[in-house]
Amino acid sequence: MRTEDLIATLSQDLKPTPSVRQQLLRPAVAGGLIAFVLVAFWLGFRPDILRAWAAPMFWVKAAYTSLIALAGFGCTRILASPIGEPWKGFIAALAIFGILLLGGVVQLALADAVDRLPLLMGGSWHVCSQNIAILGAPILILTLLALRTLAPTKLRATGAAAGLFAGGVAATVYGLHCPEHALAFIAVWYSLGMAVLTAAGALAGPWALRWR
Amino acid sequence: MSAEIEDRLKALMVRGQAGESAAWNELLTRLSRQLRGYFARRMEPGSADVEDLVQETLMAIHRRRMTYDANQPFSAWAYAVARYKLIDHWRRGRIRKHVPIDDVVDWLADPSTAEDGATRADLDRLLATLPKRQSQLIRDVKLSGLSLAEAGAKAGMTEGAAKVALHRAMKSLTEGRTL
Repeated sequence: MRTEDLIATLSQDLKPTPSVRQQLLRPAVAGGLIAFVLVAFWLGFRPDILRAWAAPMFWVKAAYTSLIALAGFGCTRILASPIGEPWKGFIAALAIFGILLLGGVVQLALADAVDRLPLLMGGSWHVCSQNIAILGAPILILTLLALRTLAPTKLRATGAAAGLFAGGVAATVYGLHCPEHALAFIAVWYSLGMAVLTAAGALAGPWALRWR
Repeated sequence: MSAEIEDRLKALMVRGQAGESAAWNELLTRLSRQLRGYFARRMEPGSADVEDLVQETLMAIHRRRMTYDANQPFSAWAYAVARYKLIDHWRRGRIRKHVPIDDVVDWLADPSTAEDGATRADLDRLLATLPKRQSQLIRDVKLSGLSLAEAGAKAGMTEGAAKVALHRAMKSLTEGRTL
C-alpha cells in the first residue's frame, strides 16, 4: 500500500478519541467489582462489618491501600503515553509505605514483648498476601489489556504501575473481609500482597504490553 | 524543529483527536515526510524498510492517538512512537533477517570449513548456550551425520522425541539470544 493511500484510509471516518483516564477507569471498575464479588461470595465480609465502620483503624487501613491505588493509577496513566516519566508516583507510593511501616515499628516498640508477635502475625498472616494477590489478578489483567491499546514505551515500569494499582484496589476491597487492625500487620502483609502484584506486573509487562 | 511548525502540528493533532478528518490527513502527510527522513538517517541507504517503518509508525500514531496530551510537546510524543517502532524493528530484524540456521549449520558441517579453528570455536560457543542434551543432538545429527534414530538411541530417547528435541534446539539457536 502506498503511504498516501494509507493516510487517506486512516483519516476516513475519524472518531473523537476517548480520554486515557476513561480507558483505564473502565478495567479498574470492572476488576474492582470482580474483587468485590469474590469477597462477597468466596471470602465473606468480616463478621463485624457493620460496627467496623466506627473504628478509626478501619479507615486508616482503607486510606493506606487507596492511596497506593491512587499512586499506581497516576503512574499507569502517565506511562500510557510514550514520553511519560512516572517516578514521582512510584516515590509517592514508597513514601506512603514508609510512613505506615514507621507506624508499625513504633507500635511494636511500644507494645509489651508478649503482644508483639500477635500484632505482627494477627490471625491471618498466612492467607493475607495471597488473598490480595488473587483479588488483584483480574484487575491487573484487565488493566494490562486496556494498556495494550495505549502507547506505553517503558513496558516493565508500566506493568509494575498496573500491578501497584491492582494491588491497591485489591487490598482496599480485601479490607471488607479482613478484620486485622494492627499497623504492623498491615505494613507487612498487605504491603507484601501489593508488592507481589507489582512484581507480577513488572514481569508480565514486556511481553503483555509489546505493541502488535 | 521551529516552534511555529511545532505549534501547527500540535493544533492539527488536537483537531485530529476531536475527529476532524482533514486535519488528521494533513498531520499524517506532514509527519510521513518527517518520519521518512528520521528513519532514512538511521537505516542503510536505500533500505526498503524505511517506507514500512513510516507506515507502521503512522498506524501506531493513528491507533494510539488518544495518548497524546495537549500539555505535552507534540514532536517529542510523535518521535517517541517512531523510536519505539525503530527499536522494535531492529529487535525483530535480528531474528528475521539472519540466514536460516539450517544453512549455516550445513555449511559448518562441511569438513573443509568446520575444522577451521575459528569457525569451530564459534560453533562451540554457540552450542554451549544450549542445554547439553540439545547441543549433543545437533552435533550428532547435523555435524557427525547420524540419523535421528541413531542420535536418539545414543541419547536414550525415541526417534520422535529426538526429532522434537532437535527442532527445539534449532529453534532456540535461530532465536539466538546471544550470537
